[in-house]
Amino acid sequence: MSVIIYAENWDGKFKKLTFELASYGAKVAEMLGTSLVAVSIGKVEESELKELGKYGVQKVVATDHELLRPLDSKAYTSLIAQVAQKEDAKVIVMASNNAGKSIAPRLSVKMKAALGSGVNKLPLSTEPFVVSKKVFSGNAFAHLSLNTEVKIITLMQNSFDLVAKPVEPEIEQFSVKLDAADVKTQVKEVQKHDGKMLLTDAEIVISGGRGMKSAENWQPILELAELLNAATACSRPVSDEGWRPHEEHTGQTGKIIAPNLYFAIGISGATQHLAGVSSSKYIVAINSDKSAPIFEAAQYGIVGDAMKVLPKLVEAVKEIKTK
Amino acid sequence: MNILVCISNVPDTTTKVKFTDNHTRLDTAGIQWVINPWDELSLTRALELKDDASTGVKQVSVAHVGPASAEPTIRKALAIGADSAYRVNMEPADSYQVAAALAEVVKAGQFDIILCGIESSDYNGSNVGSMLAEFLDLPSVSAISNLKVEGGHLSITREIDGGKEVVTVPSPFVGIVQKGIAKEPRIAAMRGIMMARSKPITVVEAPDAEALSSFVAYEPPQPRAACKFIDPDNAGQLIELLQNEAKVI
Ligand SMILES: Cc1cc2nc3c(=O)[nH]c(=O)nc-3n(C[C@H](O)[C@H](O)[C@H](O)COP(=O)(O)OP(=O)(O)OC[C@H]3O[C@@H](n4cnc5c(N)ncnc54)[C@H](O)[C@@H]3O)c2cc1C
Ligand SMILES: Cc1cc2nc3c(=O)[nH]c(=O)nc-3n(C[C@H](O)[C@H](O)[C@H](O)COP(=O)(O)OP(=O)(O)OC[C@H]3O[C@@H](n4cnc5c(N)ncnc54)[C@H](O)[C@@H]3O)c2cc1C
Repeated sequence: MSVIIYAENWDGKFKKLTFELASYGAKVAEMLGTSLVAVSIGKVEESELKELGKYGVQKVVATDHELLRPLDSKAYTSLIAQVAQKEDAKVIVMASNNAGKSIAPRLSVKMKAALGSGVNKLPLSTEPFVVSKKVFSGNAFAHLSLNTEVKIITLMQNSFDLVAKPVEPEIEQFSVKLDAADVKTQVKEVQKHDGKMLLTDAEIVISGGRGMKSAENWQPILELAELLNAATACSRPVSDEGWRPHEEHTGQTGKIIAPNLYFAIGISGATQHLAGVSSSKYIVAINSDKSAPIFEAAQYGIVGDAMKVLPKLVEAVKEIKTK
Repeated sequence: MNILVCISNVPDTTTKVKFTDNHTRLDTAGIQWVINPWDELSLTRALELKDDASTGVKQVSVAHVGPASAEPTIRKALAIGADSAYRVNMEPADSYQVAAALAEVVKAGQFDIILCGIESSDYNGSNVGSMLAEFLDLPSVSAISNLKVEGGHLSITREIDGGKEVVTVPSPFVGIVQKGIAKEPRIAAMRGIMMARSKPITVVEAPDAEALSSFVAYEPPQPRAACKFIDPDNAGQLIELLQNEAKVI
């Protein structure tokens, strides 16, 4: 019996997200009185695989195949299902990100295993196995009972803290047989914005709305983001106006994010906007209108003109950085 | 080439959601039902492709899994321009059941492109599209922001971490769409509304697929602590609070 996590890598490296999954998986394994196994797909050095041991992973099943280099959800699903069977997995945990969202549902059908997607905390109980997840775009949380022998969970980012639990993991190389015909998606062209902090990875996000008035006014937001190692985001009207690129739009019809800290600057706080950011741990609102609904969602607020407030914040951050 | 657009029937985004029966069931009183925003956009894109004769797209159908009470939403999709509709007659309890039911519709028809939205705004699953593809043993492409048909071939732009990729897949395939797939949702014109009345809605019997999960209770989100206001003239104090009190920078 085991709990399995899918330990995704980015160019051979794990991220904090991977270790969050390991910490979460270790806790679930403890609840069930079983051990934690990680599956790694792709080219990852043994020293990196061992990093997973710091967060309680007892065994790593690693596999690499050139056909698996680009994500192909069907091929990945079949591989993870094989490992799950081999390790007698009772619970399989993945991140609620691009990869997890395209693999977990397929795995659910393939293994006839109930899926709880976008789970935000540890299972509420194990008999029956009940998880908590956001529903109605953040307007409620549901308790979802997973009623099959094998259960699959995708975990919301930033919803579980890292817990150090050092062990020396066993590393097993697993070879798969794959046929080029199994991989159906062909990549023709790739465009990457290199070096930019990803909105979905960032712990701090600085977001501007229509109250910023024009694209030129973004300078202090960019400066603040740079200083805080934050990503930048915006409300929908801002990307519609072309002040900021479309990838930055957060909300119900844009990106859904859950950083530790979200700055909403000149954003009124419409429900459709909040649907994308309400899982942030802390929200800071800066708005000239004291009655803007964003202040109901925020823990810290400044009522004032963003163009006057932002330079002061930039100064204050520079000050703490030099201390 | 034929396109099937899967549509979810959801409470309007501004609806205040409430629960009844001791927080175990959604209170549907006063809810305004709409087509899930993503599905409205994928329907729009499907119709744009049909309007362009060079794509060879002939028919755009919609499919919904739900009881007869969802028919106004289905009629709306027909009024916007879909040629025909399928409704699998059941009250699904989870995404697995929805996908199993949609698989029956796809198997019985002739579809080259099957479109689902990235997320339904009710149960926020992000599950149905990929589940459907697995039921049908078809390839799927997630996070599609552009879909073109050129010379009989599909050209798909999908979002990846930190960028975009242009990919191709053989049809039939399941496409899971997100922002960018169409700019503005198409709205129904008077003529469309009149014509929709006579368009067919085929009712399909529910397959015997059990739900794998069940929603046992709902709770409102934890009320957040009241907002702490900082004097704008002393804005730097915010940074100090974020560092020492919230400990997030
Ligand atoms: C189906 C649907 C889906 C949608 N999806 C999304 C979505 O995903 N994301 C999204 O963001 N929106 C979405 N919207 C739009 C949403 O309803 C709001 O219209 C939008 O979020 C408002 O953007 P905003 O807050 O930037 O602008 P506004 O609502 O115009 O707010 C601007 C704010 O700036 C403040 N302000 C003005 N001047 C200053 C100043 N000098 N300093 C500080 N503050 C100032 C104002 O007081 C105001 O509160 C959707 C709408 C619909 C119908
Ligand atoms: C009376 C009633 C009660 C319900 N109660 C529940 C409940 O308690 N729990 C629950 O999980 N679900 C319930 N459903 C079904 C629910 O509305 C969703 O259809 C289903 O759960 C999928 O939600 P999701 O968030 O996983 O979808 P996602 O996977 O997020 O949806 C993605 C895409 O899949 C397609 N899709 C989703 N649902 C449908 C559909 N029904 N028909 C056609 N295409 C669809 C759309 O293209 C959508 O954009 C109920 C439905 C009815 C009519």
